[in-house]
Amino acid sequence: MAKEKLFEVVDLRISAYDDEGVEVPIVRGVSFDIHKGEVVALIGESGSGKTTISLASLAYTKPGLHFTGGQAKLYGKDVLTMAPLEQREIRGGNVAYLAQSAAATFNPAITIGEQVTESAVLHGRLNQEEATKRALELYHALELPGADRIGLRYPHQVSGGQLQRLMAAMALCGKPDLMVLDEPTTALDVTTQIEVLKAFKKVIREENSAAIYVTHDLAVVAQIADHIVVLYRGEIMEQGSADQIINHPTHAYTKRLMEAVRPRPESGMGVDASGDHDRVIDNIEVRNMTAGYGGIVDGEPVIPILKDINVSVKNGHVVGVIGESGCGKSTLARVMAGMLQPARGDIILDGKTLEGALKNRNLDELQKVQFVFQMADTALNPKQLIGNIIGRPLEFYHGLTGREKHAKVAEILEMVELPAAFANRYPMELSGGQKQRINLARALAASPEVMLCDEVTSALDSIVGANVIKLLTSLRDKTGVSFVFISHDLSTVASFADEIVVLYAGRVVEQGPTDEVLEPPFHPYTRLLISSVPEMRIGWLEDTMKRREMAVGIARGVEITAKGCPFYNRCPLAIEGTCQTLIPPTLELENGHQIACHLTLEDLQQAEADAQRILLGYEKLGHDDPQIHVP
Amino acid sequence: MTQQVTSKKEEEVIAELDSFAELPDSPPKRKFRLTWVGYVSSAVVAFWLIICVIGPSIAPFHEMDMEGDDSFLPAYSGEYGSFYLGTDYLSRDTLSRILYGARNTIGISLAATLIAYLIGITLGILAAVKGGWIDMGISRVNDAILALPTIMLGLIVIAALGSSIPILIGTAAVIYATSVFRIARALGQDIMVQDFVEAAQTRGEGIWWIIRAEVLPNAAMPLATDFGLRLVFVVLFISSLSFLGLGVQPPASDWGSMVRGNLGGLTYGSYAAIWPALAIASFTIAVNLIVDDISAKSGGSLAKKMV
Repeated sequence: MAKEKLFEVVDLRISAYDDEGVEVPIVRGVSFDIHKGEVVALIGESGSGKTTISLASLAYTKPGLHFTGGQAKLYGKDVLTMAPLEQREIRGGNVAYLAQSAAATFNPAITIGEQVTESAVLHGRLNQEEATKRALELYHALELPGADRIGLRYPHQVSGGQLQRLMAAMALCGKPDLMVLDEPTTALDVTTQIEVLKAFKKVIREENSAAIYVTHDLAVVAQIADHIVVLYRGEIMEQGSADQIINHPTHAYTKRLMEAVRPRPESGMGVDASGDHDRVIDNIEVRNMTAGYGGIVDGEPVIPILKDINVSVKNGHVVGVIGESGCGKSTLARVMAGMLQPARGDIILDGKTLEGALKNRNLDELQKVQFVFQMADTALNPKQLIGNIIGRPLEFYHGLTGREKHAKVAEILEMVELPAAFANRYPMELSGGQKQRINLARALAASPEVMLCDEVTSALDSIVGANVIKLLTSLRDKTGVSFVFISHDLSTVASFADEIVVLYAGRVVEQGPTDEVLEPPFHPYTRLLISSVPEMRIGWLEDTMKRREMAVGIARGVEITAKGCPFYNRCPLAIEGTCQTLIPPTLELENGHQIACHLTLEDLQQAEADAQRILLGYEKLGHDDPQIHVP
Repeated sequence: MTQQVTSKKEEEVIAELDSFAELPDSPPKRKFRLTWVGYVSSAVVAFWLIICVIGPSIAPFHEMDMEGDDSFLPAYSGEYGSFYLGTDYLSRDTLSRILYGARNTIGISLAATLIAYLIGITLGILAAVKGGWIDMGISRVNDAILALPTIMLGLIVIAALGSSIPILIGTAAVIYATSVFRIARALGQDIMVQDFVEAAQTRGEGIWWIIRAEVLPNAAMPLATDFGLRLVFVVLFISSLSFLGLGVQPPASDWGSMVRGNLGGLTYGSYAAIWPALAIASFTIAVNLIVDDISAKSGGSLAKKMV
């Protein structure tokens, strides 16, 4: 390649030492190059050593790890053997690191502008005045709203996606030679992810900077990387250009990673739940429910979150609840579980009205509704053995003790595909995916009728997450438990749920069978969500941004409104005057499919047809656009 | 251009994935082995506990025997016998007084600290779990006691009730229970907002289960670490009271009053104040090191392994 070689990793080896001093290799001889203006993606599951390798560019290892061999050369000079003072110049000077969570990176007590310019000034690359000017240019380049004044604000005054972009400004301010981006979009929901990816891509191109992009998400990598390195357990499985890896993978492991990329949500994906479990009455239902935080005044919550929600879950069915962060998904599950008392409305289990407050529900009712927490790390008591964690609901609800209990624990462990010997372990001795299985197993142990799963796959990487979904599907088939499955990831929900509820700003904007919801006509918000799911195709990001709903929807954020349709400010089809003031009526379509919108069915279909014409335009340009289907 | 590293065969990698090999099947060894520091400290603590029991019977003199005429003598053997550690300001045998004093110093401070922990943890965790008015009530009373200087409070109580060992223990226990309460409540509040506690609450568990199974095991280690430190404070507190004449009543010996009483000897080059000080130091430091060793072993090494 003609471009200048910037950074070179040669046979890098990094190891940890356990208590007995036995060497545990973490990175086993990895070599790759980065040229100027090139984005290299390191991809692999958790534990593949991708973050460890990327940190080597800063001559840094996490505590307990040691460089045991190889070189990491910046401009031909090995950073690993440099004197500490030289390394200090590299860190934040030549090489800038962007951590996964911007929220945890920014100091809440210092203005954004000060933090963005700090390292550039500290390293003497710019003086304060130049740095402030440069930061301002970057804010504009990153398309931050109110760019001229954003530097004067504090971190909590901007949204998560904006903070993530500001972190890029922080990294780029001192014009580093190399940026290290560690999973910068993983914790974001799809619409925010697009906003951040778009800004990163633009600024990387404009600045012609080189970057190491660490992620487990192939679809994201396809949008941003020039070169891809596939890692497994500290070894390179395959490396090549983005086009090669995405379109013509040769190694079996790469293909495996591809499979784990969740298919795009499309109509026809929904599973129709086994009819065997169907009963006449709904299993759990919420009616006209309004809930929020901060106490209740005059029958209205002080901080309203959910408004007039009607959702019902049939026996043995899976209802997926989707929406962006903050739309009230978790609140809905918490109300069902009794953790939050609704201000108004009823929760009905098997035809009987449930008490809103947890302490007023009886043991039988508690046992039938089980909540599965998002983070297995915090949901499992670190001081209890797995056997006790799973055994407790058995004892508590079903009175099992002694040998009977042990046998049942082993049985449940088998159900979640873990060895029975795990009963004698502590949660800390398990991996993330295994902990999530235990988390599910504890809920299963109660033999519930409804399991409320709150983002159970969000913290897991794609292969492990896919395994958990597979497990959930088999559990549903085996036990007939109904699920409320909450996720911000539409493709996960689509692959598992037979009904979908789309929440936006605390209201249900669309609900119905998965096949119907994923098939036109869509509520404009549903369409925004569907169009935002990244596709494993180079150039997808540019294509999708040409879409009308994306241009409006991505640029603006959620505004909670008391009246009218909450989505109107991001809706490309909003009717001026009507949508702001009137609560949208519910359009009743076939099979219980409902859309809350002022537009008529014909309008929505027309919008679909318009999108269709754009699709034809793309085809002329040689693109295909598989997300719109002709009914 | 696509390179492939062949150190691990493709089939092997895929087989590993299919066999759900996220972690090996055999659980990592959970060793609870102390380091040499832990062993030495345990030996020191064990030594002093044995002295508590047999101290008086192996002491060469009685703690009250005043031998000879001169105070602050260095170690010597003379007509009255052997004084291995010399004599104190009343020409009593230092070694014998240390052996006798172990019982008072260790016994009183251990008992007081244990009772302080019992009261502090019970109320602290209760306040954290119950919250609301119960928390408010206990916390304000606790603040009020904390606001009083400890020595002053001790003096007043003992002046009113008279000095006896049970009263000494009770006073020290109540005074130090206030700081234990604050720590236990803070720890409890942190744990109460964890998801696993919420999981227990949604299961319908009662308050005692939540305290016993969810909160206490997670608060135990930080509280144990604090125990070592608190014990040192209590030893010093008892010593201060003894020095003021309100603690262990002379001529009975305790290490704290021995240090205070013999301080003046330092100017004459006497070690009489150093020996009991070393005894206090060896006991309290050893207790702290054991606690540190256990807490480091139970979390630290496994955490390292998981990296």
